[in-house]
Amino acid sequence: MNSAAAASLILHPALILIAGALLLPLLRGTARNVAVLSAPTLALVALWLLPEGRLWQLQWLDYSLAPLAVDKLSRLFATIFVLMAIVGGLFALRQQSRLEIPAAFLYAGSAIGVTLAGDLITVFLFWEFMAVGSTLVLWSAGTPGAWAASRRYVAIHLAGGVILFAGITGQILATGDAGFHAMRADSIATWLILIGFLINTGAPPISAWLPDAYPEASWSGTVFLSAFTTKTAVYVLLRGFPGTEILVWIGTFMIFYGIVYALLENDMRRILAYSIVNQVGFMVVGIGIGTEMALNGAAAHAFAHIIYKALLLMSAGAVLAATGRRKCSELGGLFHSMPLTTICGTIGALAISSFPLTSGFVSKSMVTQAAADGHMQAVWLLLAAASAGVFLHAGIKFPWFVFFQKDSGLRPPDPPPSMRWAMILFAFLCIALGVWPDPLYALLPYAVDYAPYTAAHVITQLQLLLFSGLAFFVMLDYLRRTPTITLDVDWLWRIAGPVAARSFRDALRITRAGLNEQLLSGRQAMADSIARHRRPDGLLLRSWPTGGMALWVMVMLLAYLALYYLR
Amino acid sequence: MKHRHWLDDQGNVQTLWRGFLVLLALTVVAGFFVDMHPHFEIERWFGFNAAYGFVTCLLMIVGAKFMGFFLKRPDSHYSGDQRDE
Repeated sequence: MNSAAAASLILHPALILIAGALLLPLLRGTARNVAVLSAPTLALVALWLLPEGRLWQLQWLDYSLAPLAVDKLSRLFATIFVLMAIVGGLFALRQQSRLEIPAAFLYAGSAIGVTLAGDLITVFLFWEFMAVGSTLVLWSAGTPGAWAASRRYVAIHLAGGVILFAGITGQILATGDAGFHAMRADSIATWLILIGFLINTGAPPISAWLPDAYPEASWSGTVFLSAFTTKTAVYVLLRGFPGTEILVWIGTFMIFYGIVYALLENDMRRILAYSIVNQVGFMVVGIGIGTEMALNGAAAHAFAHIIYKALLLMSAGAVLAATGRRKCSELGGLFHSMPLTTICGTIGALAISSFPLTSGFVSKSMVTQAAADGHMQAVWLLLAAASAGVFLHAGIKFPWFVFFQKDSGLRPPDPPPSMRWAMILFAFLCIALGVWPDPLYALLPYAVDYAPYTAAHVITQLQLLLFSGLAFFVMLDYLRRTPTITLDVDWLWRIAGPVAARSFRDALRITRAGLNEQLLSGRQAMADSIARHRRPDGLLLRSWPTGGMALWVMVMLLAYLALYYLR
Repeated sequence: MKHRHWLDDQGNVQTLWRGFLVLLALTVVAGFFVDMHPHFEIERWFGFNAAYGFVTCLLMIVGAKFMGFFLKRPDSHYSGDQRDE
């Protein structure tokens, strides 16, 4: 074992963050704030000190496990997760709940654990810890809505975990190898693994868990939730199922699902939650296309997405913390008193729309380019329409209805410094990565041969986006917000399931009552007849006269005689 | 309110609108002067991306409206499942 491997024995970045999570509840005041910022920073340093390779190896039963394995892809995802923990921790410093940041660090640490896992068993362990951490983040909001949502959320994720576990067990039994490599969805086991992964991306048919749960967290909790679960799922798909064609169509569905539902939505954070499904859809399409360009694009887009989505949700969180309102129909005109939040939110909105000079432009376009390179015209046309649709449903809709549109008369101030700096940092990164993408490209798993800033690409993108903006304002009347929600498949488990369970329970009760009644009357009749025969002068207990006895004995003897002759 | 924001002035908003329309026109006109490297035949049409962006967005809005017609509910629809049973 060389010295680097020896150092890595103590410094698993995921364990540093999880240890930090366990330590935080013991600290108070400045010490706690310092710990919040230094635990993930330490994890970042540890991560970048690790050499590539399978660093921790151990034998368990007959399988060789690698709880710490590093390559370019895992380092890229672990880096953005740690970065998210640092800036998210900064944003959440003033959160009243003492549970939230430790829970978020457990959650982030587990996500990093998945990205650094070299075998399926470690993946599964951290996968489940992630479900626990995220549920705790949701819980710590402390509202009845969050409590109810967290129960639905954990039910879905535990079910997903069971499916994943069944798949992993089957795969290990079939191959005898616990390693986490690229697989093909060609057996029941690999399909179960794929389904387990897809549930966490927010794929159909149960995308609804995401927009149901995430917007119920606290103003800072949603920022954490937006980053880890779905992007860890993107990571495991990237490593496990690159080039699986069905992912192209699943991703396309997610893209348009996100757009349509976000267009109909009134809750500002639920709009952004739908747009997570939409953006993850682009990544899933990239993984499905499976060329080096497409996989690079999916990875880069995940990196850029975590930053701008967190930025958008931070600006929404700042509005929620200041006003206590989350519905677009009750907001508007906030640019008057929250200029910094407005600017940061708008930068996030431009980045998610892939405007030139923002991070989305240099990452998402790699996926579209891969579709064009592969001569997949239908996919390319759908992706182009979707790019315009992203600007429509998130890029303009979110800032317009929250910060502009009508004047709601609200004049809340910009948030306190810790929240402001978190937003400024991420807004800076959105622009910096867009202007200077080379550092991001250097982190990608494959060598990048792509120049985002050609005149043709910039003009094409501007045409798509600006005319999408025109469509928004032309159709503004149709987009006016109403205090409504849109039914989704979660209707099945929120309304139909309980109703079915209740009517089954009622039917059971009625049947049981009927059965009881019949049994009771039967038993009564039996008891009556027993009592009748065994009363003092009932048939069986009556005292019989001696003559009667003699008569019966004679009958018996006669019968015996008759039988004797008949024999 | 002590002072009005420059965006509260309708005149400025008008100017912004005009600027936006000029920008739209410019992006389309720019197609004449730049080699657009089309990947597919359909991209060779003049102003394809502009028209495509506009029309697909209209379709998405109309499609969403149509779906909303069947699937929209008041936002108190799920208030029942917040209680603990």
